[in-house]
Amino acid sequence: MADQKASTSIEAVQSGLAAQGYIASRQIATAVYLSQQIEKPILVEGPAGVGKTELAKAIAAWRGMKMIRLQCYEGLDEAKALYEWKYAKQLLYTQILKDKLGEVLGGAQTLDAALDQLHDFGDVFFSKEFVEPRPLLQALEQPGGCVLLIDEIDKSDAEFESLLLEILSDFQVTIPELGTVSAITPPTVILTSNSERDLGDALKRRCLHLHIGFPEQRLEERIVESRVPGISQALRRQMVGFIHEIRSLDLKKLPSVSETIDWARVLVLLQATELDTEMVKDTLNVLLKYEADIEAASPQVTTFIAKAARSNVFG
Amino acid sequence: MRENLHRFFRAARGAGVHVSPAESIDAMRAVAQVGISDRAVLRDALLLTLAKSQDEKLALGDCFDLFFSQPEPRQDQTEANSGENAAQDPDQSPSSGSASEAGESQPPEGLGPLAQMLLSQDRNAVAAAIAGASGAASLSDIRYSTQRGIFSSRILDAMGLQRLRDDLDALTATNPALAERLRAALDALREAVRDTVSQGLALYAREEAENLRNEILRNAPLARIERRQVAEMRVLIRQIARRLRERYSKPRKRQRRGHLDVRRTLRRNAAWGGIPFLTAWKRKHRDRPKIVALCDVSGSVAQVSDFFLLLIHSLHEVVDDVRSFAFSSHMIEVSEILEKKSPEEAMAEIMSKVGFGSSDYGSSLVDFEKDFMSTLTPRTTVIVLGDARSNNLDPRADILRRISERSKRLVWLNPEGRLAWGFGDSEMPRYATFCTVVRQCATAQQLERAVSDIVATYQ
Repeated sequence: MADQKASTSIEAVQSGLAAQGYIASRQIATAVYLSQQIEKPILVEGPAGVGKTELAKAIAAWRGMKMIRLQCYEGLDEAKALYEWKYAKQLLYTQILKDKLGEVLGGAQTLDAALDQLHDFGDVFFSKEFVEPRPLLQALEQPGGCVLLIDEIDKSDAEFESLLLEILSDFQVTIPELGTVSAITPPTVILTSNSERDLGDALKRRCLHLHIGFPEQRLEERIVESRVPGISQALRRQMVGFIHEIRSLDLKKLPSVSETIDWARVLVLLQATELDTEMVKDTLNVLLKYEADIEAASPQVTTFIAKAARSNVFG
Repeated sequence: MRENLHRFFRAARGAGVHVSPAESIDAMRAVAQVGISDRAVLRDALLLTLAKSQDEKLALGDCFDLFFSQPEPRQDQTEANSGENAAQDPDQSPSSGSASEAGESQPPEGLGPLAQMLLSQDRNAVAAAIAGASGAASLSDIRYSTQRGIFSSRILDAMGLQRLRDDLDALTATNPALAERLRAALDALREAVRDTVSQGLALYAREEAENLRNEILRNAPLARIERRQVAEMRVLIRQIARRLRERYSKPRKRQRRGHLDVRRTLRRNAAWGGIPFLTAWKRKHRDRPKIVALCDVSGSVAQVSDFFLLLIHSLHEVVDDVRSFAFSSHMIEVSEILEKKSPEEAMAEIMSKVGFGSSDYGSSLVDFEKDFMSTLTPRTTVIVLGDARSNNLDPRADILRRISERSKRLVWLNPEGRLAWGFGDSEMPRYATFCTVVRQCATAQQLERAVSDIVATYQ
């Protein structure tokens, strides 16, 4: 029974994401399904441009939830990611307090009595009033739950990872002055990484590890179909086949799905009906981002087009 | 199923995937969610929860396939053998039916359970019995290939081999034909058990065996490793490089500590009337290592230089700038060759250009002073790798002194042991005077320590 339910649920995830224009492979759908069921974050790794960030957006759109995004960079710290005290407001408050001090302490005769009365005000300074919630805290405070995207976690410092551990495993943060803030509804957390550096084991352990590579030809065709509806089927096949050939080269940066989509858009704009050598050479800069890569690929263009056309006939 | 999953976790550890108890709990929860009927989904779920990198995913995927394909070859084995021995019709599909017929036609009376099982040719029962016995013999504890014999006999004992032998003896006298069948079945069983043990070894002992091999390799003298080990050594060197990168590539906290930057603090807090809510600190700048490597590639040291250059050039994230020079009788720069080509090709090209000569440290140092002295800055670490055997030619230690004066540090790595320094044509003691550090560097482990120390001085 449970098995039956699981496989249909996984298909439901797939079709739900597809409705948002995100064509997910079975692995991706399984990861999304599991992360909901056992309430664990997903750590998505893979080359740039294969749709890691898109996945989070698609999930948010599909489930009708707000997406909160935290872009990581070197030097990102607590104050920018979690919460910060509203210093200016606190300062203002002290000014007001100074004026009112006379009134407040009016009845007190001795220093001790005055201090006692002041103590009641001390706590107000570090109360919720003065907390400026940053993305992580915001995500916990969403009443209907949300999708929290922690983008390019590998760009942040190792210390920042440790900061995330509490929120990832228990969906809560501890603010020393206030205590522990738990999530109202546990958010769906997606972390993405380009494997620029190895992440700590503690972080990895708390996540489902999903690797998104370059998609298979069929899948990529479907992705292009959903993203660039104007393109004809024959051209779509041919261009995806061509890109798969390009990926077999030893290049500095291989074209990924986002480049495929861009290129498809370009081809539609140029009103191409099929690939020809001249046009491919002219638009190669859409696919390849380094001069050296373009130089390496250009001599092969004709053969690749022929190959892609041939695979069409048989495929 | 839970038992099976636990064995799979052990197998995963054997395959080098680190599965902690917490991860196994997660995996259990995931499996409870997705169920076990769809193998592809089960595989995905386990890969998602257990593996933590792409390498681990591949290893774990292989492990999964091996683990869950386990019963099949064994069944085929018994099936093929029993089919052959009993000379039944080749169509085995109604095998249970024919087996029961065979059992009825020759009722084996007074035989032990194992003999009955073998004679009735119930392969599922045999397979289950082998699985049960391997559990009893704790097959998952197998670590080395030399343990195969003992585990095989333990499993057979657990299945009741002793009783079977007695039966066999008794039958030889009373019913030779049946005894013959039983003997053949026993041989098939032995084979099946041997296969199971081999599979167990592949599943559970891979990591142990690899660790042992790596340990031996790490401590083997680089200059004398065999040709077939070169590829393994390259992998090992790459691992070392990765470790060093991880350790040294990220700026450490120390950089942040420093003195208060008053000017920037005041400016940043202008909005609060100069009350310093946010502080700004002066940062300490740390140099990233600049390395100039001079490598002897004459016959005696070539292999060590090869690995050293491979290591140094795979430290991009850690080291700002590496320039490498190779020499035996004269010196050339090889940085570009190493950057552009694969390690094998690069080394071949370097060797064809300067290798195989008899080494002449004096004239090589002259070459360096003439052409490349300007590469040295006060931030550079110069590493010389060589045995300092100059064939009794002028060592030109004065040039080495000038190199040492112009650079931050001068490190000499010598593949020879300390005892050999200064004997024969070794000029090590003369050179050593001008070196910041001289150390022996003959094995991968020493190489790692040496490079690690060099990089650490910049931290």
